[in-house]
Amino acid sequence: MLDCGLDMTSTLNFLPLPLVQSPRLSNLPGWSLKDGNVFLDKELKECSGHVFVDSVPEFCLPETELIDLSTVDVILISNYHCMMALPYITEHTGFTGTVYATEPTVQIGRLLMEELVNFIERVPKAQSASLWKNKDIQRLLPSPLKDAVEVSTWRRCYTMQEVNSALSKIQLVGYSQKIELFGAVQVTPLSSGYALGSSNWIIQSHYEKVSYVSGSSLLTTHPQPMDQASLKNSDVLILTGLTQIPTANPDGMVGEFCSNLALTVRNGGNVLVPCYPSGVIYDLLECLYQYIDSAGLSSIPFYFISPVANSSLEFSQIFAEWLCHNKQTKVYLPEPPFPHAELIQTNKLKHYPSIHGDFSNDFRQPCVVFTGHPSLRFGDVVHFMELWGKSSLNTVIFTEPDFSYLEALAPYQPLAMKCIYCPIDTRLNFIQVSKLLKEVQPLHVVCPEQYTQPPPAQSHRVDLMVDCQPPAMSYRRAEVLALPFKRRYEKIEIMPELADSLVPMEIKPGISLATVSAVLHTKDNKHVLQPPPRPAQPTGGKKRKRASDDIPDCKVLKPLLSGSIPVDQFVQTLEKHGFSDIKVEDTAKGHIVLLQEAETLIQIEEDSTHIICDDDEVLRVRLRDLVLKFLQKF
Amino acid sequence: MDPECARLLPALCAVLADPRQPVADDTCLEKLLDWFKAVTEAGSSLLLLQENPCLVELLFHVLKPQDLSSRILSFALRLAGTFAAQENCFQYLQGDPSLFVASAAGQLLVHVLDLAMRGPAKGHGRLQAQDWPACAQRIVCHLEDCLCSEAAPRVTQALHVLTTAFGHCHGLWTQGLWVQLSPLVARLLEKDPMPAPHALVELLLSVARSSVPSSNPGLWETAAQTLSRLSPMQAGPLAAGILKLQDCPQALRTQAFGVLLRPLACVLEATAQAPGTPGLLEGAAGDPMAVDMLPPSKSACVGLLCSTLAHLELLQPLPQRPSPWPQAPLLAAAVTILRFCNGSAAPSSEVGGRLCAMLVGCVRVQRAALDFLGVLSQGLGPRELVTQVFAVLLEYLMSPDSSPTVLKKAFQATLRWLLSSAVPPGCCDLEPRAQLVLRELLAVLQKRLCSPCWEVRDSGLEFLTQMTRRWGGQAGFRQTLLASEVPKLASQLLQDPESYVRASAVAAAGQLSSQGLLAAPSSPEHPAGPQKTPLEELLLVLTTDSEGFPRRAAMRVFTEWLRDGHMAVAEDRERFMARVLQAASGDLDWEVRVQGLELALIFLQQLLGARSPGAAPPGALAQALRALCRVQLFEFAFRSLFDCDRPVAQKSCDLLLFLRAKAAPSSSPQEAGDSPDVAPVEAALQRWRAGEQGQPLGELAPEAVLAVLRSMDLEALRDTLAESSDHVERSPQSLLQDVLAAVGVLGDNEADCY
Repeated sequence: MLDCGLDMTSTLNFLPLPLVQSPRLSNLPGWSLKDGNVFLDKELKECSGHVFVDSVPEFCLPETELIDLSTVDVILISNYHCMMALPYITEHTGFTGTVYATEPTVQIGRLLMEELVNFIERVPKAQSASLWKNKDIQRLLPSPLKDAVEVSTWRRCYTMQEVNSALSKIQLVGYSQKIELFGAVQVTPLSSGYALGSSNWIIQSHYEKVSYVSGSSLLTTHPQPMDQASLKNSDVLILTGLTQIPTANPDGMVGEFCSNLALTVRNGGNVLVPCYPSGVIYDLLECLYQYIDSAGLSSIPFYFISPVANSSLEFSQIFAEWLCHNKQTKVYLPEPPFPHAELIQTNKLKHYPSIHGDFSNDFRQPCVVFTGHPSLRFGDVVHFMELWGKSSLNTVIFTEPDFSYLEALAPYQPLAMKCIYCPIDTRLNFIQVSKLLKEVQPLHVVCPEQYTQPPPAQSHRVDLMVDCQPPAMSYRRAEVLALPFKRRYEKIEIMPELADSLVPMEIKPGISLATVSAVLHTKDNKHVLQPPPRPAQPTGGKKRKRASDDIPDCKVLKPLLSGSIPVDQFVQTLEKHGFSDIKVEDTAKGHIVLLQEAETLIQIEEDSTHIICDDDEVLRVRLRDLVLKFLQKF
Repeated sequence: MDPECARLLPALCAVLADPRQPVADDTCLEKLLDWFKAVTEAGSSLLLLQENPCLVELLFHVLKPQDLSSRILSFALRLAGTFAAQENCFQYLQGDPSLFVASAAGQLLVHVLDLAMRGPAKGHGRLQAQDWPACAQRIVCHLEDCLCSEAAPRVTQALHVLTTAFGHCHGLWTQGLWVQLSPLVARLLEKDPMPAPHALVELLLSVARSSVPSSNPGLWETAAQTLSRLSPMQAGPLAAGILKLQDCPQALRTQAFGVLLRPLACVLEATAQAPGTPGLLEGAAGDPMAVDMLPPSKSACVGLLCSTLAHLELLQPLPQRPSPWPQAPLLAAAVTILRFCNGSAAPSSEVGGRLCAMLVGCVRVQRAALDFLGVLSQGLGPRELVTQVFAVLLEYLMSPDSSPTVLKKAFQATLRWLLSSAVPPGCCDLEPRAQLVLRELLAVLQKRLCSPCWEVRDSGLEFLTQMTRRWGGQAGFRQTLLASEVPKLASQLLQDPESYVRASAVAAAGQLSSQGLLAAPSSPEHPAGPQKTPLEELLLVLTTDSEGFPRRAAMRVFTEWLRDGHMAVAEDRERFMARVLQAASGDLDWEVRVQGLELALIFLQQLLGARSPGAAPPGALAQALRALCRVQLFEFAFRSLFDCDRPVAQKSCDLLLFLRAKAAPSSSPQEAGDSPDVAPVEAALQRWRAGEQGQPLGELAPEAVLAVLRSMDLEALRDTLAESSDHVERSPQSLLQDVLAAVGVLGDNEADCY
């Protein structure tokens, strides 16, 4: 199984979970059907024309119906965003296999899960809505609830216990490490340049190679650069995790982010940045580190609020070997690789586990707050949206590309605060993909259907699709795809003593052949040729050993023939041996030599020779021997 | 030639003739040639050779087969060409692998041809080819061989030689030459691929600019054929060249214009919603079927569009540009290209889809199209198109993806369109539409001034300064500007970490303040700090900024303020002058000091009257002198006379000369016999001249100043200063010494090796 991501956009259908009692949210009117029926008004609330489920938010799980997940042997994880559904799979499907991931992926993935669990568990919700999921009722609901897919499979968030159990099933791996899977294939993680510890995977046998490219970046940000060279010579390259906003250039967006931030703060407003506790935030803090002095913002406090803020900031500094070269060299100076250490030291950046406690004492405005969750449905961000939403001086800047910002804002409408959308997605765009594919040259590319056509809203942008030769094979949800290669060869090992006994014969310059008689021993998908057992010596009267019963019969081998028959010379030879009235016909595959008198036909082709004569065995053997004269035997 | 150079010349010739003493730097050979050219122009070459036999020896020596470097050979031949044509050595030279030598040989050929033809042609008008001198016939024969050659480099060489010949020689014989060679040139057009297309275009343009076309209209036919045979990319320079000609057949001009318009017509066609939309090529001799002529590769397509836009940009302001000028379709094409580049164009054909993929995000095309769009502001356009122009410019200004250079061009183009949209022409008020644009523009500017990229902040400030200069007095503009954060942000940028930005912020603040538009600066850093006036702010920049650019900018603002009578200056002009001069006189940057003297000169002119010629009235002079003494102008000016930077000394000289002219001898306020004590001043000047700048001048009496001024030979000083500072180093004597010294050093090294 490649990756194990969680679709969190389902939470956008739910009301936010406020940290502090919100009169606005609790007084929202219940929703009633057109005919005035109010039986759903406890479950569904209406806010500025949108309807939301008033319940604990639920998540959309990976497809579990298509295959029996208990039969999955291995899950390969590419980055910490792609493992958020792991507890659902490892704890509830009978999964008994192994999960492979790099250390930063596991550590930061744990932080993300911990934050998620914390955000949801610290605001217990008495009510759990399920009536609306009834198919007959769902049909009556307004969009987007009406169109939500597979709502019956949506699940509440997992617990910390499940997280710990899931993570315990992960085997840590390092970049370029080769891991044998049952002797059948070897898997190797490669740096993908997108996030700390993020990987692409190579799955290869001796003669076939499949690359799985997911969430990769060619930009110079904090992680180790992408390893492109190792992806070369792939039979199939599975391409996923491209940028979600192909038209937004990350550099431009960072500039936009800084400008809007400065503009707001200079006017005395506050800036709210809904974000994940790891990833782009490191780069944003680094940009701000360089920018705040130039923009005259050195006295503005920056707050980072997350239950895992401290761990995230500290973890980032210790994964030196997973960082880009510049940051690695800093470690040897020794300096902290990320400048946020200095921001913390100089008190410009302060971090808190939540808005409760120390934060409320230190809180100063105007300020900039980084906090989760980017869906605006849970986490401390809900509080700041309620607090700052009423003033047009304040600004919320969306940098995470995972959620539609308009949908995220829907339950906060009407909103006076300014909203800026600067999605920063450093993953590959289509230009980079096309360069990558030219460089790597896989025989076939396999990718989601969406990548093979321009975005629906910009159908003229043919530059916004994967362009490669041969055209990429695309797949859609729940589609079963046969990868375009066959396993034709297996590698077989020859035991040294057997190899010693071989006598190769050169049949063409540079090509030697030898006949081998051996026992093929196959175990764990490994094949070994072992010397055949010696024929048992007849030991007068004694019973044969039992073990030799298993030995296959070694028939007397006929010699192998090689070479080609020069027709002219062959005809001359025939004439020399008394055959006359010989006629030669050329065919598509070779020649036919007709011995008209003898009513015999010799059919010579590249890989076969047939002597067709009418029941005259003596003649056939004679002719055969003449043919054999032209061939080598060994 | 001066005797000192003549003395050095034999040694120099010996060095040049010696293959064991390589001349390290061939620029000195070029300089030597320049010098010889100057010497021969000034006097007789023959005499020069007679007086300096070493030169003849050198030339003879070089002609002997030996192991001389090609650069010395080339030098000697060009030298020989300068003295008199040496006919016998050009042919084997022309194929030299060094471009330098080949081009020199080509020039030599032309020179020889010209000399050979000048004599006979004088008397007889045009000669038949068979009557040409043997030498000329040999050269033409050589060129004919080359033109018929299958080797492209030989064809190129011949075309280069011909280009030079038609470009530099104006004799009637050139017409004969063209008659002789044009069939061969025309034959080149039939080859596939056409050899040396660039050189061919150069030649045709060179011939077209010469006197040939007047007698030989066949040239136009060849040009027309060439236009249709060349690829769009190759034809562009020829088409542009033809359109720039003063005199050429209309049909050819139409064809050439069609060539330039065709790529843009393709662009328009690619987005045309309905077939038959008025295109660019109507009226032009374009082939409507050729719209799919854009090259398939991205780099070629980008190159073609950029060069087309650049040609049209250069053509637009020329009086001989094609008429009627298709302003509206060109505007539409420029807008469409910009929309392709930002992905907002809706292609209506397959070509359009391809264009879209090739142009999205292409900075080169964006820059070229924005420049072109800016130039098109000189003409009018249909209302809805102008609306589109502003819309696309705003899109570029707003887009986070616009690169800093693109943004700068977008600002420039916007300014030009705003300037052109004032109605009626000449009225300084913005029309209502521009007023609307302005509001959005200021919102963008606000954000751009906060950009993390300093280039963006810088071009934003420049744009603001220019807008304010143009419309600062206009009520609508003032109102919109004051309602925005822009003035506040601009003054905050006086503290920008980037010195270029600070300099631009100084200029912007100066302009805003002149118009009374500058809000008192305050930042979130110092919300309640004491607020400084703009004058104080800029003085602070002048006295404390560590970089030169902002200080220079501050001086320029002060100069402008003084000239325009800015309120903050007018309040107490003397105090202002005293403070600024004090800061400027001690500045380490010479440009600041020059600007300080410029400021002083304006002050002086304001006191004494710049326009009125002759001396100032005595009363006014005395008053002025006292004021000048109070602001300590003289100490600054006198000290600057001995400034180690020449422009400062020159400026000071001009200033003092102006003052002396205003103070005529008769207008001396001093009674005869009561001469002032000038000894301390002169002593101080002496010491400054000797480099002891630390010495103060002390109190000055106006009378003493005048006396010193009159006693100084300022004219002589001005003449000395007018000599370039490196006049000693650039003398031929110094050049010869350098060449010898360099060789001497090489010799020393050789000895060391032993």
